[in-house]
Amino acid sequence: MSNLVEITNLTKKYEGKLVLEDISFTIPNGRIIGLLGANGAGKTTIMKIITGVMSDYTGKVLIDNHSPGKYTKLITSYLPDKTYLSSWMKVKDTVDLFTDFYNDFDKNKAMELLKLLNIDINQNVTKLSKGTYEKVQLVIVMSRRAKLYVLDEPLGGVDPASRDTIIDTILTNYNEKSSVLLSTQLIQDVERAFDGVIILKNNKILVNDEVDNVRAKFGKSIDEYCREVFKCC
Amino acid sequence: MLLKFEFNPNIPIYLQIIEEIKRQIVSGEMDPGSKVDSVRELAKNMGVNPNTMQRAFVELEREKLIYTERTSGRFITTDSDLIEKIKSESVRRKISDFVDLMTKSGFHKSDILRLLEEFMEESEYE
Repeated sequence: MSNLVEITNLTKKYEGKLVLEDISFTIPNGRIIGLLGANGAGKTTIMKIITGVMSDYTGKVLIDNHSPGKYTKLITSYLPDKTYLSSWMKVKDTVDLFTDFYNDFDKNKAMELLKLLNIDINQNVTKLSKGTYEKVQLVIVMSRRAKLYVLDEPLGGVDPASRDTIIDTILTNYNEKSSVLLSTQLIQDVERAFDGVIILKNNKILVNDEVDNVRAKFGKSIDEYCREVFKCC
Repeated sequence: MLLKFEFNPNIPIYLQIIEEIKRQIVSGEMDPGSKVDSVRELAKNMGVNPNTMQRAFVELEREKLIYTERTSGRFITTDSDLIEKIKSESVRRKISDFVDLMTKSGFHKSDILRLLEEFMEESEYE
């Protein structure tokens, strides 16, 4: 089985309101997939379901052949849309906590990345700027040797130069056996890094294709294409 | 050496990589018979997805501009006829783009030739 993620007929409602309607897709090993869609399209919901944070859905979700649970959490590294670092900690304490917590956490890599991004490890996490805080969270997530990386808006508050560093980090870190699912609105900045994109619209998948195929088919960048299809009127 | 360049976001990236590599082979920036870096290394240098780079190489190998030796890696072709052919193809394409543009701007064949000649006279190209 070469598909790391297999989702079949996934439907999810929030208090009767349909968010995902009969969605199916797969992610093979060794791929970087962009999950795109306007606000409220269901990107975060899909990520929460894949990572096992949310379980009241219908349909079938398999990660490395297992339903979301203990095993899948072991092999999935998740950057949620909310902050989650403990406020009393310094950056280095956070690194130590994750080193203790996850068997697959590579402390050397984390330290290396923090240095690359010019982050002072002796700073208290609450004293960090929004962008720096996000960088620390991403470093932590990317320093695990996971099979699946699920990154919910990893670039929101990050400055353009660091965005490039982060994208390069993602590109060089993942390997043939791992995949990355990344949601973002900063499509232009990351589209060079994607293999494929899944574009959500009206609770369904509008496009699920290789980025270069989308460019060839529509003669425009993914960013431009999305600007068109997300237009509300 | 392949480095980051400004991609045109409207065109498939692997096609742009192919063009860039062809340009470097034709211009002699990449020597015939020289070894090419690994896909992973090149992808990192150019800041693109390794699978995109791989796709470009598959195409270049299909066109025989790059060949693989099983144990030692990928190399630029030494076939000078093939390099010449690619060179003339790329020149023809550029000329055709230019002529297209001029025709659309309302110039006729004789005008284009005259203007081109005048330009070559005035400028210092040899």
